[in-house]
Amino acid sequence: MSKKLKKSLWLIVAAGLLFVLSWLPVLKDVKVGLLIISYLIVGWEIIQKALRNILRGHVFDENFLMSLATFGAWYLGEYAEAVAVMLFFQVGEFFQKYAVNRSRQSISDLMDIRPDYANVLRQNKIVKTSPEDVKIGEIIVIKAGEKIPLDGLVIKGSASLNTSALTGESLPQDISKGDEVLSGCINLNGVIEVKTTKEYGASTVAKILDLVENASSQKAELENFITRFAKWYTPIVVILALIIAFVPPLLGFDTFREWSYRAITFLVISCPCALVISIPLSFFGGIGAASKCGVLVKGGNYLEALAKVHTAVFDKTGTLTKGSFIISEISPQGISKKSLLETAAYVESMSSHPVALAIKAAWKDKLDLKRISKIKEVAGKGIMAELDGKKVAAGNLKMLQDFGISNITFPKDKTAVYIVIDGKYRGFIAVEDEVKTTAIPLSRNLKQQGIKQTVMLTGDNKRIASRVGRLLKIDKIFAELLPADKLAKIEQLMQTKPQTSTLLFVGDGINDAPSLARSDIGIAMGGIGSDAALEAADVVIMTDEPSKIIDAVKIARGTILIAQENIVFAIGVKLLVLVLGALGLASIWAAVFADVGVSVIAILNAARALRLYKK
Amino acid sequence: MKKSYQIEDLDCANCAAKIEAAIKKIKGVENASVSFMTQKLVIETNADIDMIMAEVKKVVKDIEPDCTIIL
Repeated sequence: MSKKLKKSLWLIVAAGLLFVLSWLPVLKDVKVGLLIISYLIVGWEIIQKALRNILRGHVFDENFLMSLATFGAWYLGEYAEAVAVMLFFQVGEFFQKYAVNRSRQSISDLMDIRPDYANVLRQNKIVKTSPEDVKIGEIIVIKAGEKIPLDGLVIKGSASLNTSALTGESLPQDISKGDEVLSGCINLNGVIEVKTTKEYGASTVAKILDLVENASSQKAELENFITRFAKWYTPIVVILALIIAFVPPLLGFDTFREWSYRAITFLVISCPCALVISIPLSFFGGIGAASKCGVLVKGGNYLEALAKVHTAVFDKTGTLTKGSFIISEISPQGISKKSLLETAAYVESMSSHPVALAIKAAWKDKLDLKRISKIKEVAGKGIMAELDGKKVAAGNLKMLQDFGISNITFPKDKTAVYIVIDGKYRGFIAVEDEVKTTAIPLSRNLKQQGIKQTVMLTGDNKRIASRVGRLLKIDKIFAELLPADKLAKIEQLMQTKPQTSTLLFVGDGINDAPSLARSDIGIAMGGIGSDAALEAADVVIMTDEPSKIIDAVKIARGTILIAQENIVFAIGVKLLVLVLGALGLASIWAAVFADVGVSVIAILNAARALRLYKK
Repeated sequence: MKKSYQIEDLDCANCAAKIEAAIKKIKGVENASVSFMTQKLVIETNADIDMIMAEVKKVVKDIEPDCTIIL
């Protein structure tokens, strides 16, 4: 608790004690005196501020309103009420500040990834310095328990890293020489030396911190609504109070005293503060809850948009599938499976094509490169070479046509490499882009969250696309799209969805920046380590698990629900008290408790947003 | 140009909203956002930032004399 907050707590306690004491029959004679002291203890600061602000021409200021209400109560001889209004106003203020501080604290704990120092190896000595002073290419040493201060490559040692602050992933990641490491991870054991590849400002940790810190500058529509509401609410209530105090008695209904009592109940609930705080508090909590599970949301407005998604569009490769191939079928003709794979592995030995990588990965034995020669790539068709003196070729259907081979059975819905040895067709090896396991229930889970339609976009051919689409139960599939076509499809889908709802696009953030920008919410997947994704997307999922999309939507919906509850509840109670107050059915006491009660309940409710994500 | 500043002792959310509205009205300010939760001012402008910030300081002093912008 800060000093200021502690001070106001003491003032409240002291004033509260005097207030209670004043009710004791023994102290009847000094009752008014006790009340005046109690009033001054809690009210002095407010009256002071009110005077200061009036001099500056800001009349509809909460301090002024509270002062006016309490002066009115004194005037009417309602001494206890006057003290209660000030006392409980301060209690409400104290509670707000306390809750806001708590919530700020828990977010900064959550985002406790900022490295304090870096150990740099300079002239064979370890120098402790600020991460900002480390240049690209310098070598930093990270010991067990320390945070990695800058992005880089491991050049010595191995360790397990805790990446949970970045990714929400609790399983440690093992790294060793040659691996890339990201700043913000914590070294759990062992000592590693890392050659930096980025300056601190461009490192992952600095980018993420920047993003999170600026998240609250993009405000949600609900937040703006409340600000506008607050702007009008106070003046209207005050004017109503004035009318109530003077008009009916002038018209001869009842006494001035009776009506001014009613006017005071109006002033007591004229402060919109609880509402104005509880809404940004909810969104702040929601954004915090999301970052706890590895989803960075760039602003409250995106939480709002996420809560009303109608159409969810996914890029296939890298988002729903792993983007790396595995062998799904080996179909030899006239030779063994093993020698078909061996031949393919040799022919593809020099290629770095994703398919070649899959084949080489499947052939576990070492390649004796002396056996292969005359490797020649035929663009758009395949590779030809000589293996053990035999002419071999590996390629696609076009290459088979060149060899005059036809009438073979080939897999229609898979990518395959066909092998020809000495002009004879010897079989094919089919590969497929592996679907991420967490992508399988994605479509169904999104539907449960109220999303109406799921769409997949891909540059792959129709047969592969529809197989993946069927497996993932995606509603609409658009295949064979060039990058520009993807953008056009998104624009088309944006026009066909209902106006009030939103379109979500999920991509890997590498070459779909225009789509990310064009859609209502662009989610970049596996954003960790990709600068382009961090910049272009509205929401960044740090890991590459599609299931996080569900978490994000759930948190967004929860946050909006909380914010709406607060708006309806707080405005509802205030209106009710206004009506009852005008009719003379609500006392000042009722107004005080309703007002503070609403504040406390709205704030406690808003604080729930931070806990929306449960592991 | 987009710049962000820390605000100290910004005590009430309503004041944050008032300050935001007032800063948006300053000539040369394209957009401004005051976040009560993070106690931050983000300002977008194409004009001379020092001149704008001098004006911002005045506005803030007027609305909430207790709070200060850390330049």
